[in-house]
This record gives sequence, structure tokens and C-alpha cells, in this order.
Amino acid sequence: MSYLEYSVKSVPTGLRKILHMNWALVVLLITVACAGFLMLYSVAGGSYTPWAEAQMKRFIMGLVLMFGVAMVPIWFWRNVSGVLYAASLVLLILVEVMGTVQMGAQRWIDLGFMRLQPSELMKITLVMFLAAYYDWLPANRTSKPQWILLPILITLLPTYLVLQQPDLGTSLLLLMGGAIVIFLAGVHWAYFAAVITLAVGLVTAVFQSRGTGWQFLQDYQYRRIDTFLDPASDPLGAGYHITQSKIALGSGGWTGRGFMQGTQSRLNFLPEKHTDFIFTTLAEEFGFIGAISLLLLYALIIVFCVVSAIQNKDRFSSLMTMGIAGTFFLFFAVNMSMVMGLAPVVGVPLPLVSYGGSAMLVLMVAFGLVQSAHVHRPR
Amino acid sequence: MKRTAAETAASHNRLSRRALLLGGAQLGFMGLLGLRMRYLQVDQADEFRLLAEENRINVRLIPPARGEIYDRNGVTIAANEPSYRITIVREDAGDVGEVIGRLSTLIELDDTALNRAMTEMKRSPPFLPVTVAERISWEEMSRVAVNAPALPGVTPEVGLSRVYPYGVDFAHVVGYVGPVSDYDLSKIEDPDQLLLIPRFQIGKVGLEAKREEKLRGKAGTKQVEVNAVGRVMRELDRREGQTGDDLQITVDQKLQSYIQARLGDESAAAVVMDCKTGEILAINSAPTFDPNLFVRGISVADYSTLTENDHRPLATKSVQGTYPPGSTYKMVVALAALEAGVIDSKTTYYCSGKLKVSNRDFHCWKRGGHGHMNLEGALRESCDVFFYECALEVGIEKITEMANRLGLGVKHGIPMSAVATGLTPTKGWKARNIDQDWVIGDTVNASIGQGFVLTSPLQLAVMTARLASGKAVEPQLLKSINGIDQTVPAEDVPDLDVNPNHLRMVRQAMFAVSNHRKGTAYSQRIIKDEVRLAGKTGTSQVRNITAAERRAGVIRNEDLPWERRDHGLFVNFAPYNDPRIAVAVVVEHGGGSKAATPIARDITLQALYDGDPPLDAYPSKDRNRIKSQQERLRLENPSLGSSGNDRA
Repeated sequence: MSYLEYSVKSVPTGLRKILHMNWALVVLLITVACAGFLMLYSVAGGSYTPWAEAQMKRFIMGLVLMFGVAMVPIWFWRNVSGVLYAASLVLLILVEVMGTVQMGAQRWIDLGFMRLQPSELMKITLVMFLAAYYDWLPANRTSKPQWILLPILITLLPTYLVLQQPDLGTSLLLLMGGAIVIFLAGVHWAYFAAVITLAVGLVTAVFQSRGTGWQFLQDYQYRRIDTFLDPASDPLGAGYHITQSKIALGSGGWTGRGFMQGTQSRLNFLPEKHTDFIFTTLAEEFGFIGAISLLLLYALIIVFCVVSAIQNKDRFSSLMTMGIAGTFFLFFAVNMSMVMGLAPVVGVPLPLVSYGGSAMLVLMVAFGLVQSAHVHRPR
Repeated sequence: MKRTAAETAASHNRLSRRALLLGGAQLGFMGLLGLRMRYLQVDQADEFRLLAEENRINVRLIPPARGEIYDRNGVTIAANEPSYRITIVREDAGDVGEVIGRLSTLIELDDTALNRAMTEMKRSPPFLPVTVAERISWEEMSRVAVNAPALPGVTPEVGLSRVYPYGVDFAHVVGYVGPVSDYDLSKIEDPDQLLLIPRFQIGKVGLEAKREEKLRGKAGTKQVEVNAVGRVMRELDRREGQTGDDLQITVDQKLQSYIQARLGDESAAAVVMDCKTGEILAINSAPTFDPNLFVRGISVADYSTLTENDHRPLATKSVQGTYPPGSTYKMVVALAALEAGVIDSKTTYYCSGKLKVSNRDFHCWKRGGHGHMNLEGALRESCDVFFYECALEVGIEKITEMANRLGLGVKHGIPMSAVATGLTPTKGWKARNIDQDWVIGDTVNASIGQGFVLTSPLQLAVMTARLASGKAVEPQLLKSINGIDQTVPAEDVPDLDVNPNHLRMVRQAMFAVSNHRKGTAYSQRIIKDEVRLAGKTGTSQVRNITAAERRAGVIRNEDLPWERRDHGLFVNFAPYNDPRIAVAVVVEHGGGSKAATPIARDITLQALYDGDPPLDAYPSKDRNRIKSQQERLRLENPSLGSSGNDRA
């Protein structure tokens, strides 16, 4: 069903919309964010500065944004999704041209009051645009080759631009986010089988090309993969991050060392302890129980999104909700795999917990969209 | 475009199916993550906790204070003094160049040290302190401390450094310390962790090196919490180390300093020994050097001055230098002959000035000859021919055996560097080492301490002590370690395995050397009865006198270049009636025994009167000269203490 086909009159109006929001989801988001504040307070050595306080302000701003976005009817977001996608693409090209160099990668546009990371924006707008595309596309055309080419291009274009920055982690998230929406739209299995075969071939090619003049990835990206495959080979160099993060995590035990008692993370054994590796601090200080609880919270967020998506008879809402949930899943799954030594270190933050401006705001906007879809669902 | 309800329902169902599938897959993956968490945090927790402790706690060494060294009366010979140094932490300094610029306006900075510091700084992590100035004065250090706010990252630090108050006098005995080198480490199999501290100071030569293990002490440890880059966050536990053992040596600083001043710039060595216990009261080698220079790191210029000096200041001649003993070896020959029954006190040989042995003339030092000589006369006047005859009768093996019994050709175990064994030749030795048969001329040469015979001043002192006391004394240098006595008491020293009557005869002859009008050392005698000395002169040639030279008349030593002049030797013990000390003096290229004899007498009196010899012990004609000499030495060397006149 498309929103064109149901009576908008059944949709709540005005402030009554707030009552119809998915409140369980809101509570879950706040809980996870609070865990994040706690950890940021701890890694700063028991201080609100420099991270926890700024993160709280941003989260409150994010909450306001979420409510704001949720109030706007979902069909509006559907209609502007193309424009938003195009705008994100322009911004991505813009960082390529004039972005500030940070950490060896051009990822930011300095807006003065905040630094905008267009690749973060793209994660959402890509999902929105693909959902809108499949909402528009008649179901019988979904698996036709010419109608598959377009979404693939829509996905690959930003993926390529982000890879150029270079930001392997985000580009992989974009690719997989796009793939999730295409999969949900009902594209035939055979295409995925073909793509997976192709991907395996590509990975082989990437490794085969190493050291030749036309290698696909940067040297540092190759090294990250190397150290992922065998962290022990270079315990003080590139493999250091993984080894140290596993030590911190493992030393937590069942119940952890206790709040503020983590030694590994607070003593700088961990790199990026307030961003990508914040999960290790949590796992060290609160142990297995703390870590599994966070995982459960994340799982509940996914479950609520899936339930909301299935209940929603509007195709765009459903696709977008699942796409956003999928992207959110990818965030924490990749991050946790990384710190637990299951994936290479690719620089993906732990959603809602890691310190970081635009990632947090973009996520809250995304959940605003999920709420909007929930509020404005056909009844 | 308008869709049918059936179409819409079908696509929604498919979406729901796939959404459920995807959601399920995601939950499945989360389950995997949970299992991995369990594996890391529960199953492997112990192992990771252990790794974490290692990560967190770093054990640092606290260098112990090195043991001090005292003389027999408790005078400090080697001590530790606080040394102030300036370190810079690059990370805290910000602009290092500017900070050093400001620092240089406050204290004098050595360019080479500064360059070394800059390169060290580039290599090491930014949070490690690097030393930019060492051994600065207290004033300089306080200047830096006062200006601390303007000098970020600059810290004045206090450490301990070795100092030798009587540096030059004990340079050869005590040696010196220096920073541990790779070469030092390569010689040690399982080096103490302390030695791995950069620039840790260890004993390089002398007692400092020989008793390094005792002096070094045990390192303390502190456990510090460090972060991943090694920066110390806080100290968790501190275990103090153990200071090195304090050593007391048997040497008397006052005597040692006196002898060093008395030897002056001569290339000489002197050893004074307690003849009943073997305790070394003084052991000097001249010229000397300042060991403090080595502790600080000697400059190339200073070092080459020391190595290029033909008097070899760095050599420890007292134990390392080996010289032909010359006529001081005649006691050995005499005792061997007496023991073999070849001679007795009445046996005489005729000295015509030379002795023909297998078609070769062996000359006596006195060209006209001594005429008929018995043992006492031959020793007193140092007649060579008498001992040629003795040696021909006794044979080299018995002479060498007696020499070894008296402590010659034997390595004495005292804690000094490069203690020489010397050489007391036998037929076997010559066959093994020179691959030649022993000829009778070798025995004749050995009988007057020439030819192959080589002895060190320490060995000569041991011989003299054994002759004087009749005890088999061994030299001792360590008096106590941490207050625990290390010496062997006199009554525990075994008797010398030589007939006491023979010893008495030799002692009597040695008394005559100094106190008989015809004795070779008569002019350098002591006239005070209770401290009369008995000795033996020695002159050892360092070259062969050619037949042509002999025909032209013996060239006077003074006319020869320094390095070809004869060595002068003198050994003695005193007082004759109740021997307390044994003295051996060797003056390299001194031109004969007359260079050594007056030194030995001065040393003897100095030792017997504890630094304050009365002038009336000297023959009256010498007193004025001795008095002025004593005054000059005291003036030049305040460490010798007060003159006799000041004492009541």
C-alpha cells in the first residue's frame, strides 16, 4: 500500500502525534545514549569534560531533531528523498574538493558551528532514496535487469566517493546499507548470488593486485587487513590496537573491574578510547554482563524497528525503517566485531555511544524518520 | 500509477518475509557477537587479566648507592657525592631550541654535551628526560630552579657520582668507575639488570672493578603504573635496594700519599707491607693520574697525554710491572745454596772481577774484584762472582724453587688489575717457551737476577716480608667488608718452609748492607738503633754491555738515554731487631740502586714513625737536605698532614 491509497484522515494530527510515537524505541535510544555518557565520563578520568558534557548536549539536540523530524509527515520525506540524496552527493564531492584534511582522510566540511561529515548524511539519504525508488517501482519490475541497474548505480556512486576519501569503513557500510534495501524490495535471489560471487572475485583481485602499480587500496588499508588476519605479527605496531582491545575486553571478566576502575582503556593502552574503541572500556569496567546488556539493548532497537516495519503497510515507510535499522545494525555489528578481533579495524563508531558530532545527529534524524513512519502509518 | 490490492498485498508480504529474514539474520549475528564476548570475557578472562597486569605495571630499577672505600684508619678513599644535572622533557618543553637558549643564559652549556643531548632527544620518546648538563654547581642548579617558570620541561635532578678525594694517590689501587659499555656487557654472561641502565657506572679497573659485585649493591625496584606509551602515571610500590658493601683497605692513606709525593714524576713503584700479616700498607705506582677525570669522561686530549707519556702513568707498575730483580735476587740464591748444603756461613769464593764459564767471561760489577768473599760479605758488597759460583753448584731448579717459596714467580691474589705472575725460569720453561736448551750461562745470569728472571715490586715486597718474619705471608689488600674483618691475624700465618738459621744469616747480611761501612747502602742508613733497616740493593740492566763498551770503559748511566738506563731496586725490612714492615722500591731506569735506596729509607721511616719521622734517624750529614725535602713535600701536598714540629 502506498500513502496515496489510504486516508490521511486516520493519521493523528498536531501534538497528538507525540502520543503515537514508538515510545519504547525512544526509551531504548535514551538508555543506550546514557550508557555512552557514562563511558565518556569514565574514559575522561571521571570528568564531564572534554567528552561527556558535549555528548549530552548533542544528544539533547539530537532528541529535539528526532521529535521535529517525526512530526513531519512521512510522505514529505519520501518526496524530498531524491533532493536529499542529490544534496548529500554534492556535499561528498565538495569534501573531495575543499574538505579539511583530518586524520589522513578528507571527511569534513566545516560549517562553523559543527563539522559536517557528508558520508554520515549519505548513509541515511541513500536508504531513503532507494526506499522511495522501490516505492515508486511497480512490484513486477523489481527483478528486471534494467530496473536493478539504477539502484546499483545509486549505491555505488557515493560508495566510490567515500572510498576515495579514503574511508573504507563507511563505504562498506554504504554498500551494505544499499544492498539491504535492494534485498528487502524483493529483488530476485539470483542477483545476490551473482553479486556475492563477484565480490569474492573482487576481494581476490584486491589482494592479488597488492604491490603492483594498480593496487585497489591504500597501503594502510592493506596493513589493517594484514593485522586483522594476524594481530600477533606486529603487537606494538599495527596489530597493537586489536591486541590491546582484546586484552581490555578480556580482563573485564564476568562483572568487570567496576565503573571508573578500568585500567587498560583509561591508561591509553587503547587508541581512540573515546570513539571507536569505547566498547572496550564498557566491557572492561562492566564485564560480560555490561557488554551483553548493551548488545541486548541494540537487539531490542532492531526488533522494535523490524516490528514497526512489518506492521507498516506503507511500502516506503517499511523499506526505510528496515534500511535504517540495517544501517544501525551494521554500525554496531562492525564496531563490536572490530574490537573483539572479528573484523579489521575500519574506523566505525559504536552508534549512540561513541563520541562524535555528526554521526550522533544523523542517527537521531534517522530515528526521527523511523518515528515519522511509525506515526504516519496507514491505519 | 494505480496498483491492485492483490499486487500490493503480495509485495508487502514479500517485504515482511524478507524483513523477518533480515531481522533474524541480524539477531543471529548478534548471538555470535554475544558468544564471542562470552569467550573473551568469561572463558579467557584469566589469561587476559594477566596480560592486562603486565600492561599496566612496569617494574623500574632504583640504582643503589655504591659502596664506599676507606683506608685502614677510616679515611675516605672513594665516596659518592650528589651531582646535579639538568634534564629536559621534550614534550613539556614545547620549543626545545628556545628553552635551551634561555637555559644557556643561566648556566654554561657544553656544546658537545648539548649536541649529544639533541640527538638523544630525537631518538627517544618525547616524555623521557634527556640530560643536557651534568655536574653543574649548586649555584647553577639553584639559578635554574629559581627560573623554573620560564623553563618548561626543565628539571634539575640530583644523582650520585663517584668521587676520589685522594684521586692521584690511589688511582692504581682503587681504580675508577665509568659508564658500562657494550664491551663490558659482552664479557658478562648473565648481566645484572642494573647494568642495562644507560650510563650506569661500574668499576673499570683496580679494586673498583675487582670487587664490583660487592660494591655495586642490589637494585631496588619500584612498580609504576604506566600507560601504553610508557609514561609513568603513578608509583604503586617501592622496594628499596641494598647499598653496596663498604670496603676498607689495608692501605694507610697518609703513607700512600707520602710515597706518591716522594716518587713524584719518576717512573717507579713502591710497596710497603706488614711483614707479619702481609697487609699492604702502601702500594704506589708513579707517575700517576687523576681517576676523577675518568669518572667524568676523560677528554681525548687528556687521555692521549696519559697514553703518550713514556713513563706510562696508566700502568700499575707495583703489581703489573715486572723487572729483572738484579742483586735483590741474591738472597734467593744464598738460601738455595745454604739449603742444598753447597755453602755455609764460612764458605768463601774468590772474586777476581770475573768468572769464566764455558769460555765466556761473566763479570762482577766491581771490575777489580772483591777478593775472598763469604756469604755475608758477598751480600753486603753484592759480589756477583760469589753467587755465580753458588748457582753453578746448586743449579737453576733449586734456585727457582726457593724463589717460588719466597713468593717470586707466583701470582698473588690481591684485588687489583693486571697482577703479574713474573717469571722464575726453569729448564722446562725455556724448552716450552723459547724452544731452546738451557745453557749454563742462563743459570749464571739468573743468579744475579738477570736474564730471564722477572719479578714485580709486590713480589719483591712479599719476599722481603717472608725473609724478615720467617712467615709465609700472603699480601692482603682488603681489611674489612662492611666492618667484617677480612685479614688473617699474624698468629694464623704459617711458618715459611725455610731453615730459620739460614734466614737469620741472610737477615744479618742484609743488615750489613745498610749498616756496615762497606755495605752498598751504607750511605742511606738509619742511625737510630731501634729502627735500623736491613736491605738489599739491586741494579738491573736493561741492555747488554758489549765487549767494545767494556773495553772503552763502562758508560755512565747518566750519559745514556733514559730508556736504556739501569733499573734501580731496593728491598728492605725494619726495624732489624723486630721486623714490622717490608719495603720494595723499583725506580725504572733510575740508573742503578742509588735511585731507589734513599726513597726506600724515607718510606721506611715514614711508615715506622706514622708519618712523622725524627730527623735524628738520618745520618747527620743528610739532615738538612732531608728537612728541606720534607718541608717541600708537605707544602706541595697538604694531605700529608702536619709536620712534626706542630706536634707536641
